[in-house]
Amino acid sequence: MPLEVDGQSYETDEEGYLANLNDWKPELANAMAAADGAELGENHWEVINFLREYYEEYQIAPAVRVLTKAIGKKLGKDKGNSKYLYELFPYGPAKQACKYAGLPKPTGCV
Amino acid sequence: MSMLHTVNKSPFERNALDSCIRLAKAGSAILLTEDGVVGAMKNTNYSKTISDAMSNIKFYVLGPDLKARGLSEDNIVDGITVVDYAGFVDLTTEHETVQSWL
Amino acid sequence: MENEGDQVIKKFMYMNRKAPYGTIYALESLEVVLIAAAFDQDVSLVCADDGVYQLMKGQNTDDIGMKNFSPTYSALGDYDIKKIYIEKESLEERGLSLDDLQDLKYEDEDDDWAEKDSIHLVSREELAQVIDEQDVVFSF
Repeated sequence: MPLEVDGQSYETDEEGYLANLNDWKPELANAMAAADGAELGENHWEVINFLREYYEEYQIAPAVRVLTKAIGKKLGKDKGNSKYLYELFPYGPAKQACKYAGLPKPTGCV
Repeated sequence: MSMLHTVNKSPFERNALDSCIRLAKAGSAILLTEDGVVGAMKNTNYSKTISDAMSNIKFYVLGPDLKARGLSEDNIVDGITVVDYAGFVDLTTEHETVQSWL
Repeated sequence: MENEGDQVIKKFMYMNRKAPYGTIYALESLEVVLIAAAFDQDVSLVCADDGVYQLMKGQNTDDIGMKNFSPTYSALGDYDIKKIYIEKESLEERGLSLDDLQDLKYEDEDDDWAEKDSIHLVSREELAQVIDEQDVVFSF
C-alpha cells in the first residue's frame, strides 16, 4: 500500500517499509508514526537519525542488540537499554524505528 | 575475422580460463569479465599463464568488474587492454563469433 | 564445546572461498553471519582462496548495478565477531598483502572499549589447526 504524504505517493512493501531509501524525508517518518497512532519527539528522532547514520556507514540496519549497545555508547547508558527503546518504539525498536527511518527491515530483527 | 572468447570465472577457482587459453586459436581474443577479472592481475600465480599466451592471443578485461572488486587498472598484466561496456559491445561486433566459457 | 551456565557455546566457523559479486555466496555468507551473531556463539570467519577478495579496499560497484556490501564488514565488530582469519598463502598466490584489505577492528567492552584487530593473518598450517578445533564449519 503506497504512503500518501502532501499529495505525493511513496511506494512501500506489504509491511509498510519504504521501497526506495532515497524517497525518505522527515515528513514521511511523521506520517508513518501518525498512522501507528504515535507522535515523534526529540528522543525518537535521536534514534531515527542514529539509524540513518549507521546505515549510511555500514549499509545495514543494525540488529536490536547492536542498536542498544551503540545507542548506549553514543547517547549514554540511560538510553542504551531495551526498556528505554521499547518505550519509545513499542513495536520493537529496530523494526519500528527502521521503518520510520526509511531503512529496510533489519536482518534477523526483533 | 576471429573469435572472441569471454571468461567469467576466476582461474584460481575453475579451469575455464585454462581450457579457453588451451583451445583458443592464434589470433583470437579473450575478454575477462565478472570474477574472471582476477585473472588479469599482475604478480599472481596466474600472471605468467596470461603473459605466455599473449604472443598468440589478445587479452581484454572489463573495467567496471575490476572497479567493483577494488582491483586497480594500474595493477594488471602488461599488454591487457581495459574496456568498458561500450568497448565490450565493439569487441563483439569486431569478431565474427563470441564463445562464452562458463 | 564449552558450557556457560546451562547454555552450550559452540564454535562456528564461516569459510569464505569465493570472490564477491560474480556469485551470491559472499553476500549470503555475510547475511547468515549477521543473523547467527544474535545467538551468542563463538563465531569466526575465514577468508581463503578467492575469499580474500571479499575484503579488498576501494570496492566500487557503481558501474555494475549491484550493491556494494563491503562497508558492512566494518560492522562485524559491533556484532561481536572478533576473529577473522586470512590465509597468508591465498594472499601471496594473488599478489596481495594485508595492506590491500580492509583493516577490521572491534571495541573491547571489557577493556574500556579499546580498539583491537579482528584480522588474523594465518599460515595454511595454522588455519588447518583452527578448522580442526571447530564444532561446525559453514562453507560459502
